[in-house]
Amino acid sequence: MSEKGTVVAEKASEMDLVYCRPESLLDVRMHYCPGCGHTTTHKILMEVIDQLNIQEETIGVAPVGCAVLAYEYLNVDMHQAAHGRATAVATGIKAVQPDKYVFTYQGDGDLAAIGTAETIHSANRGENFLIIFINNGIYGMTGGQMAPTTPIGEKTATSPYGRDKKTAGAPIDITNLLAQLPGTFYATRQAVHSANAVRKTKKALIKAFEYQKLDKGLCIVEVVSNCPSGWKLTPYESNEWMKEHMMTIYPLGDIKTPSKEDLLS
Amino acid sequence: MAKVKGEVKIAIETCKGCELCIHECPQETLVMSDELNQRGYHYAVVAIDNCTGCTNCALVCPDACITVYREQRGKKKLVAQLSNITENVTITIDGR
Ligand SMILES: Cc1ncc(C[n+]2csc(CCOP(=O)(O)OP(=O)(O)O)c2C)c(N)n1
Ligand code: SF4
Ligand code: SF4
Ligand code: SF4
Repeated sequence: MSEKGTVVAEKASEMDLVYCRPESLLDVRMHYCPGCGHTTTHKILMEVIDQLNIQEETIGVAPVGCAVLAYEYLNVDMHQAAHGRATAVATGIKAVQPDKYVFTYQGDGDLAAIGTAETIHSANRGENFLIIFINNGIYGMTGGQMAPTTPIGEKTATSPYGRDKKTAGAPIDITNLLAQLPGTFYATRQAVHSANAVRKTKKALIKAFEYQKLDKGLCIVEVVSNCPSGWKLTPYESNEWMKEHMMTIYPLGDIKTPSKEDLLS
Repeated sequence: MAKVKGEVKIAIETCKGCELCIHECPQETLVMSDELNQRGYHYAVVAIDNCTGCTNCALVCPDACITVYREQRGKKKLVAQLSNITENVTITIDGR
């Protein structure tokens, strides 16, 4: 990082370091658009991996979508799956490497459109890995087409007059749907648009990795996220829009949490 | 009561000018630069020396541009601060 780029605290040496870039996030520039929630989620995922000290024991599966290059940034063992097939690939990885921490990282087009079958059957089989699901309600990578998760009335490249419930159906709340399956152990919906939301998402990710040690089933951490470029808004505006139009149909909070008995048995 | 003293260090060449840190700072410490970085983005800079080291800006910064320092304090306070560290950061505390 360039020296020019740093406005260093004069008295930094007398101060405690309280926050810095996580070690497991490679020191390269991420390709994501300014203010994109994918970037923040990558960063805090690596903070959690460092905090739990599981970098050497973690295997991730990248999707097709804007996060297709996640393996360029996340310094853990990574695999890349065909569009929507991340949970199928993770199933295979976990079968041969049951002691590893396995996660998939998927967008809503990947997980809730083309990959719906894989997603639902992985949950139904109670696969013991973690899905990190970035729900930005749009196909970001391909130029902003409607996703199954797109809010009603939202204009996209493929819904120029706004999403019509009559022809396109209602936005699918797939995390809630997965939570209904007995194979799903933990399902929560979080966000990364504010410092508090980031703190909560980190806690949810920590829980999910810890649950994986118990071998009790699928964990899913949904991150309601933004797509400033696809939504044609500034990053700040996109977060405000997200609060109003996404978080009302996808409210934040835990959807399914294990009971004490679940944890002890 | 005097506020805790903090400092932030911003990697301006990594900054993409998203301005999320600016909106998240309760102290209004940060502003956008008039100059551009090599990628052509305005970048976040410290405008006033009133940072408390709360880490809000750094937590929301997508591109991990912000490093935060906080003043050392008395022993009792330091314990509280350390528990904060484990919650917020991933730095190598025990020599890893
Ligand atoms: C089999 C196949 N079908 C279609 C595509 C085109 N495609 C690439 S990314 C994408 C959707 C990505 O949307 P999402 O999963 O929501 O991720 P985002 O880019 O928004 O993060 C599509 C349809 C493809 N690459 N492969
Ligand atoms: S297109 Fe959207 S989802 Fe993709 S990197 Fe840009 S803002 Fe993020
Ligand atoms: S650490 Fe807190 S007070 Fe300091 S600049 Fe960042 S948000 Fe503002
Ligand atoms: S949040 Fe990060 S990338 Fe965005 S303006 Fe602030 S320092 Fe730059």
